[in-house]
Amino acid sequence: MAKMHVSTTINGEPEEFLCEPNETMLDVLRDRLNLTGSKEGCGSGDCGACSIMLNDTLVCSCLMLGAEAEGAEIKTIEGMADGLSLHPLQQKFLESAALQCGICTPGMLVAAKALLDENPDPTETEVRFWLAGNLCRCTGYDKIVRAVLDTAEEIRGKA
Amino acid sequence: MTNIQYLAPTTLDEAVSLYAAAAGSARILAGGTDLLVQLRSGMINPGIIIDIKKIKELNSIEQKADGSFVVGASVSGTQLAKHSSFGKTWPGVLEALNLIGSTQVQGRASLGGNLCNGSPAGDSIPALIAAEATVNIQGPNGSRQLAVKDVLSGPGSTNLSQDEIAVNFIFPTRQLGSGDAYLRMIPRTEMDIAVVGCGVNLTLENNICTSATVGLGAVAPVVLEVEAAAEALVGNKIEEETLERAAEACRAVCNPIDDKRGTIAYRTKVAGVLMKRAATIASQRAEGA
Repeated sequence: MAKMHVSTTINGEPEEFLCEPNETMLDVLRDRLNLTGSKEGCGSGDCGACSIMLNDTLVCSCLMLGAEAEGAEIKTIEGMADGLSLHPLQQKFLESAALQCGICTPGMLVAAKALLDENPDPTETEVRFWLAGNLCRCTGYDKIVRAVLDTAEEIRGKA
Repeated sequence: MTNIQYLAPTTLDEAVSLYAAAAGSARILAGGTDLLVQLRSGMINPGIIIDIKKIKELNSIEQKADGSFVVGASVSGTQLAKHSSFGKTWPGVLEALNLIGSTQVQGRASLGGNLCNGSPAGDSIPALIAAEATVNIQGPNGSRQLAVKDVLSGPGSTNLSQDEIAVNFIFPTRQLGSGDAYLRMIPRTEMDIAVVGCGVNLTLENNICTSATVGLGAVAPVVLEVEAAAEALVGNKIEEETLERAAEACRAVCNPIDDKRGTIAYRTKVAGVLMKRAATIASQRAEGA
């Protein structure tokens, strides 16, 4: 099987990789680029643990081929913090204990950031519907939803 | 495993010749929300994957001077939701497409993929049928148009031949006083497969329904157009007596499966209920239009 050569941008940096034509973006990120923040929960687009941004659109990296990254702008959880300073969502998730085992957390954060970038003042219902594709088996969601709402309020306060 | 290839042509002609040359061993990749799951589970084992998203006709939205819309088969739910006027003209079609899966799935899922996947429960299909949308199809011997209601031939299969590609959808010019709506029943609030889905599109003149189209999903091997329900609406006010006659027509065409999501009796009953509610919303939208 001939490998494909793909040139892309990941978290603002140019990146090149070789992958199989039927390899998912999630497998490329984890197994070829050592970006293991994105998790595989289901591999079928139900759990959202592999959420990334593809050209500023939230997608599941398990439902995307690595080959489709050619010429695209990819953002992953690894690009969310600014050096050592956490993104306000990451900070709030820690402070509010909005995580337990942590498997869903990278996907939750990527998805929540996508929401706040688009809608800085979401209602609780909007947060819950937006995050419906991110499954968490530990927290019961309440702390996650509150952390997202609190972060939104905090960011609006600073703006 | 066979030697698999990924190709992303930038023109329709190129895509059509690649697809025809593969003689049935290629699969079209639009949003991939069904295809990648099928690939991974071993349900399909294509020799070539043809990514069509780099082709302009397949990935753009255009409103013509006469108000009609042309929507590319691979346009995602997110793309269509962000369009400035599509959702105002066809709210029922947009709400149907946007009901498919999560925010992440919306970033990729498309009308073309939903239709060509051929599921009797595909959410966008009843709304497309109600909208009287047609699909442009391109093959090596030229192009043709099919009404969406004539595309499905059975669960998971379509009337496209193995060398034809769905290019875009045409939504006709809207008459004044028209509205559409789509409702589906699932056992939870989000992220599930329709037990019943119903799309209604109608036009009102002085409160009388002058034309109507009804699409009904998940209650038969293919998504149905229910002409008898439309006939019950036309010529009448959208009120309980009219709606009950149209609902009876919907129940009469139901031939559903019995499964863990819904029994035959339940699906049949809900088909009538959803038709009434969708017709009511569509008529409210028509009054506001």
